[in-house]
Parts: sequence; structure tokens; C-alpha cells
Amino acid sequence: MMKPGTLILYAAARFLLPLQLIFSMFLLLRGHDEPGGGFIAGLVAAAAFSLYLFAFGSEVTRDLMRIDPRTLVGIGLLFGVASAFPALLHGQPFLTAQWWPLELPGGAELKLSTPLIFDIGVYLAVIGTVVTFVMALAESEEI
Amino acid sequence: MQFAVLSGFLLAALTPFLNNLFRQRLGLVLALLPAALAVWFASFIPDIMAGEVIVQEMAWIPGLDISLTMMLDGLSLLFALLISVIGTFVFLYASGYLAGHQDLARFYVVLLSFMASMLGLVLADSLITLFVFWELTSITSYMLIGFNHKDPEARKAALQGLIVTVGGGLALLAGMVMLANAAGSYSLQEILTQGEVIANNPLYLPMLLCLLGGAFTKSAQFPFHFWLPNAMAAPTPVSSYLHSATMVKAGIYLLARLHPSVGGTETWQILLPLFGATTMFVGAFLAVRSTGVKKLLAYSTVMALGTLTMLLGIGTETAMIAFAAFLLGHSLYKGALFMVAGALDHSTGTKDVTKMGGLRKVMPVTALAALVAGMSLAGLPPLFGFVAKELMFEAALGGSVLLTYTLVLALTSAAFVIAVAAIIAFKPFYGALKETPKKPHEAGWAMLAGPVVLAAISLAFGILPGMAGNLLVEAAASSVAGRPLDVHLYLWHGINAPLLMSLASLALGALIFWRWDAFRKRLEVLNPLIARGPEAGYFKMMDFLVWSAEGQTRLLQNGSMRNYLSVILVTLVGLVGYTLFYRYQLHWNWDVSFQIHELIVVGLLVGATAVVCTTRSRLGAVASMGVFGFAVALIFILFSAPDLGITQVLVETLTVILLVLVLFKLPSFVSLSTPAQRARDVVVALLTGGLMTLLMMVAIDVQIFPSISSYMIEQSQPLAYGRNIVNVILVDFRALDTLGEIFVLALAAIGVYAMLKLHPETDPGSNELAGSLVLPPLETDKAIKPQTKQQDGGSAS
Repeated sequence: MMKPGTLILYAAARFLLPLQLIFSMFLLLRGHDEPGGGFIAGLVAAAAFSLYLFAFGSEVTRDLMRIDPRTLVGIGLLFGVASAFPALLHGQPFLTAQWWPLELPGGAELKLSTPLIFDIGVYLAVIGTVVTFVMALAESEEI
Repeated sequence: MQFAVLSGFLLAALTPFLNNLFRQRLGLVLALLPAALAVWFASFIPDIMAGEVIVQEMAWIPGLDISLTMMLDGLSLLFALLISVIGTFVFLYASGYLAGHQDLARFYVVLLSFMASMLGLVLADSLITLFVFWELTSITSYMLIGFNHKDPEARKAALQGLIVTVGGGLALLAGMVMLANAAGSYSLQEILTQGEVIANNPLYLPMLLCLLGGAFTKSAQFPFHFWLPNAMAAPTPVSSYLHSATMVKAGIYLLARLHPSVGGTETWQILLPLFGATTMFVGAFLAVRSTGVKKLLAYSTVMALGTLTMLLGIGTETAMIAFAAFLLGHSLYKGALFMVAGALDHSTGTKDVTKMGGLRKVMPVTALAALVAGMSLAGLPPLFGFVAKELMFEAALGGSVLLTYTLVLALTSAAFVIAVAAIIAFKPFYGALKETPKKPHEAGWAMLAGPVVLAAISLAFGILPGMAGNLLVEAAASSVAGRPLDVHLYLWHGINAPLLMSLASLALGALIFWRWDAFRKRLEVLNPLIARGPEAGYFKMMDFLVWSAEGQTRLLQNGSMRNYLSVILVTLVGLVGYTLFYRYQLHWNWDVSFQIHELIVVGLLVGATAVVCTTRSRLGAVASMGVFGFAVALIFILFSAPDLGITQVLVETLTVILLVLVLFKLPSFVSLSTPAQRARDVVVALLTGGLMTLLMMVAIDVQIFPSISSYMIEQSQPLAYGRNIVNVILVDFRALDTLGEIFVLALAAIGVYAMLKLHPETDPGSNELAGSLVLPPLETDKAIKPQTKQQDGGSAS
């Protein structure tokens, strides 16, 4: 096991985790128009969990995540595959993008679409993969 | 019809949930699906009898001429009915036979998938679709044979069956592609009308050999027959379904299906009767020397499959009618007999017929079903088996090529089979009650329904052969022949040659049965010859495979990262360099202007690389790699690719995190290579770098196709409603690529996890044979082959 982190690391990890996660969501959602997207957002979120893991160890991180990162990979793949099917209902080729824009109160527009679902799938798969790597490495060290 | 196929897969997906709902009654509930399908298919009988072919079109991959179109004609209908009717009883039977088994739900899932695949196989119109279902039946059969996966024998048998049938499947695919090229279409409807064209194609012979390779392996024709008896390691419901009535007949189905287009040539008329008759004889001969009740039946199935192939090869009208009748008759009595065999095994605890006796009083219904089905197997009147066998003799008499060969083998095989039938119908049930491992008892109704009903159908079709003839045989025989046939089946043909042959074989068979023990002793002389049979060839081949794989692994995959890298890079430089100079010559583009900040980044890159190569500290190397990575990110950002830049920065960061985690576990820093090796590596590196530079220059100069990026830039907003082109490409334009990539990511995660967390050698449930390809021969019929050696399989490395 790595040595217990310093006070600075503890404090930073505690405060940075939510900020990083929010930032990753921001990157995910703006991705279609501005730099960002599922892959980058996933990496940011994974980095957030990794930092937390450095400070508090993998047990605590597992509790915090509530879900096994490997399951997260599976859910990500499921989202990715699920986004491919709505097109078939319209008789279009597999994976053709479908758009369901929503007018939000206040004039904003929420662009719901299968690419968004797909991007969320990528996001979850990336988080799951990287956190699986990091946790497996950290835990193999504990033995 | 597409839904009929799909329904099996859908129900399979629901089975785990249904299992929680119905528990003990699951098998009875699931049997409703094949029963409903049977009724539905039966509703087509009037149309099919009127000579109609029902086609339901459905596109799948129109660009490649591959469709999910389903076609129902006489032959498909006969198979579909057999699959669904016998399937119904198999599900009932399994609910009794495997009652209380912990993996019952898994069993039903695979069995349902098998049933659906088999239906798809016999209904498919496109060759490719047919092939997909063909392979699905191989895979589901593998899982079913190996259902008791903790038993090494079952695993070996499953793998053997898989390797033989899938190996044949490869040949089949090649044959199908050749066939489709010759006929100009993958659609069977088209292919069936192209007989002339196909027979005159210059590739006819290789095409036929490939197709036969697929069909013969699947249908256990000599010399590939050995996998079928070994597959008896499967639970009995599986044997009675897959390995008698349905899957092993897939090869036969294919031959029959293609008969109007590929058959009828001289090669066909020699090859099929030759292999068919040989298989028939080998099967019957091996059957009569076995004592295991399932082995007896398995070898007699081999015999029946040989007969069917022979009949297809003879190709006369009588042969086609005999084919359809024999197919129907065999499925009925063999399905019933396997269920009887399972009931015996289930109730007595032994599979050896010599250890059973006098069970008639304890299991009266089973005994009766065995008697009726056994009579049909023996070909005695008034059973349908008699009608089929008379037709078979008549067809064998009418064959022109190889007449004597087929006739002699048909007669002796029939005699052997009569002995086999008598052994199964009498040995366990009559005589004195013998001591058995379990106290025998009559089977429950679910296990009796199958044998009783199937035997009763055999009897009904025998007494009223016209019914079977008009309902099923005529339409099926017409499909096989490719033209309408007029079929009238009779129980009594008058005194003619086939009847005399039947009488002769009956006498001979009765003699063998009477002196069975002595006969078996005599046959032991042949044991050394049998031990050298095709199965020994299979093990030789598997040994060779492992031997060559080991040699190749030592040569190519020796585990040295540096070797891999230099081999890959030198190959790259060689192949790409050659093409580059040969096709495009040199392009020299030095009129590029550099800006000062660009030069700084390049300097960073080069400097970092130099440090990585020369440093003597690991931390230093890691840090320089980091500098390198961030410099690359800077380049991305300078050339306005912010997404790539951000990704690169994040990946670099995470790489550092991963490195920190493993840093303490790494061995101390040592220099592994000699100066000479380092010099060689420098040359390889310089060559690779130089090649890439030249490649870039050519890429700038030579534009073979207009760049696709302009299209994406223009269409990103109007088509995909996104301004970030990189993201639009990732999640929309090239989403399929990304989908593949996240699957790769997932696999990588599983791989890393398995490498770090699982310890296959020490974990509980580990299996020292996992991954070994060569399997020791099965211990078959110990009484006959006492010296079977358990040779060790290839080590799992």
C-alpha cells in the first residue's frame, strides 16, 4: 500500500473530485459543438477518481463509486449499442443519428439525440476502463 | 417464418427469468413453443402438397446479395416438422431427465437456441444465411455436448465435435462462395434453376469437394464418423434431438437441398454412394460390436446417415422417395429409441446393455415403446421403417454405378442393424432381472411421452403408409428431385427382390443376435485395425497442430519486446519503403517556412527523445517521455486541433498515474542490450523515422482521392448539427468505428484485470486442461477395448 497521503492531498482530492466530475459533464455535453466529447470527459472523470484513489485508497473509492468500474464498462457498451437501434425503427441504416431537440424554458435548446446517448456510452466505457486499470494496479500492490 | 426462427432465440433470452417463475415446470412451459411451431408448420401442409413454395422475403444486406428471405418447400417442411415435433418431446423429456439439475436454465437456453438455429438452417434461402445458422448449430451443439463441463470426457468430446464440424464448415463456406459465383446468386431459388450452368462450371469439382467436406463432417460420414459416438457424452435429451433427428441431418439436408443444382453428375453419382455405402457399413459394423446402449444407437445413426447419403447419390426417382421416407422413418424411431436409452440409463444407473435384463416387468411402457421403435429400426412390418427399408433396397437395386458394392453393403448393414435393434428391444427387457447400480423404476410421463408418441407415429405411418406418403414424403421427394414426383407408399409390395433381401437380412440378423456374445468375441481380432481408424488420424493431426504452433511460437512470439518491435519495424520499412520508391519515387518538399515557436516545440521533442534514449535513471526516462507527450499535445494545439491536444494531455497525465502505481514493483534499472545491439536498434530507428518523413512528404504532394475532410467540414453543421467536427466524426460520421473502439477498450480492461487479479494456476476451480487442444482418446466400450490408454493432452501453456 502506498504511504498515507498528506493533508494537502486529502483536502485537494475531496474538493477536486466533485469539481472535476462536474467539469467532465460539462465537457461531455458541450462536446458536439465545442472541444470536448465523451472520450475527453471520460478521461477527466477517470483522473478525478484516480486522484481520490491516491488519497484514500481503492476501498474507499469503490464505496464512493457505488458501482464496480467493470460494470460501468458494460453499461457504457450497452449505451453505445442502444444508440444504434432507433435508426432501424425508421428503416434507416444501423447507427444513423436521430435527433429529438427539446425547447427548454428560457429559450435554451436541449439537443437530445442518439449521438448524445452514444457519447454517454463512450464516456462511461472510458471511465470504467481507466478506473479498472488503476484499481487493479493499486490493489495488486496491496497484496 | 422469420419470426418462427426468431421466437426460439427470444424465448431463449427470456428463459432465465421464466426459470424463476416456473422452476420445476419450466421444461413443460418451454415445450409449448416447439408445439406451437409444429402446429403452425403443419398448417402449411395442404399448400405445400399442392406443389407451392412459400417464400417470405426480407432484406438483410442487400448490397452483398444476402437476405433473410425464408423459403418453405417440401424438404424444408419435412425438416421443420421433425425439428418442432421432436423438439416438443425433447423438452418434455428433458424436464424429467434433468429434473433438479442446477444448470437446467442454461441447458434450455442453449437447446432453444439450437432449435431456432436449426429451423433457420432449413428455411434459409440465402446460402450465407444458411451458413450462419449452420455454424450456430455447431456452436450450440458444442455447448450441449459439453453441458456437463466438469467432466473432462464431455469437454473432450465437445471439442472434437466442434473441431471436426467447424473445420468442415470452412470448406463449406468456400464451396458456397464458388457455388454462388457459378450460379450468379446466393439465393437458393436462383441456384436451384441453374443446374446445367453449375455442372459445366470449370470449378465444379473443387466446389463439389468443398460442399461435400462440409456436409460429410456435419453428418458424420466416414472417415469423419468418429465424433458422433463420442458426442454421446451429451445428456440423452441432446443425443436424441441433435445427434439422431436433427443436427447430424443438416449435412444431409444440404446435400438434398443442392441435389437439383449440384447433383446428378457422374462425380456425384460415384462419390456419394461410395462414401454413403462405406459409412453405412462402418456404422452398422461398429454398432454391433458395442455394448453401451447409447453407443449402439449412435453407430446405427451413423449407418442411417450413410444410407441417406447413398440414396442421394443414386439419384433415381425411387431413391428420392426412399430418401424422404427413410429420413422420416429414421427420425421417428431413433428419437424414440434414444429416449428409451436415456430412460434405461436414468432408471438403472448403467449404460451397458449386457448388465441389464428383465426390466419388462418394472418398465412396461418403456419396454413396449422400445419394442415398437426397435421393430421400425429393424425394418419389420407393419412399421414405417419397413416401408422405408423396402424402398431403400429397391433404390439400391436400381442404382447403376457401384451397384454390387452398394448392394452387398446394404444387405450386410441391414443384417447388423436388425441385430442391433433386437439387442436394444430385447436384451434390457427380457430374461432374468439383473442387479443394477440403481433400483430400476418406470420413467415419469414426461419422459414417456416422447418414445410412446414417436413409436405410435411410426406404427400409424406403417399401417397407413399412404398417409405419410401423401402428407410429407411426396412433397419432400419432389423438392429433392427438383421436379414433381408421384408417390404411393405401400406396406405390401408383393414378393419381389427387396422383400427377399429383407428376409435374407432378417435371417442373418437373427443369427447374429442369437450368437451375439460369441460374435463380439470374434470381432475383437479386428481391434488393432479399428484403433488405427480415422480417429487416430484426428489425434495425429491435432498433435501436429500443437507441434507446429509451438515451433512457430518459439520463433515469432519469444516474449522479447525488443525483438517484436524490431521485426515489426523492419517489416514496415521494407514493405512500405519498397512500395514508396517503386510507385511514387522521392518527393522533396523543403519549401516549408518554420515559425520560431514551432522550432522550439520540435527542439523539445528531439531533446526529450534523446534524453529518454541515453538516461540512466528510470524516473528521468519517465519524465522525458512526459515532456515528449506534452510537446506532441502542444503541436496539436498549435495546428488547431484542441480536442486532440486535450486528449493527449489527459492521456499523458493518466500514464504518469499508472507509472507511479507500478514504479515500486519494477526491477532496478539495468542495461540489457550490448553496444552492438544498440547500434542495430539505432539503425532500425533511423530507418523508420526516415521512412515516415518521406511518407509525409509524399502524402503532401500526391493526392489520389479528393480529401474527405472538406466534405466533413461542410456537412458537419447541416447533417449532424454539430460544430465540433472531431466529435461529429467520432459519434456520428464514423460512429461504427468508435463503437468498435469502445469494445476494444472494454476488452483491454478485462485483459488487464485478468492479468493482475486472476491466478489461474492457484484459483479454486482452475483446470489444468483448459486451453489444451489435443485430447486423449475417449474411453469407449471398456469391455471391448481394454487397453485404451489415457494419453496426456498438450499442456496448457
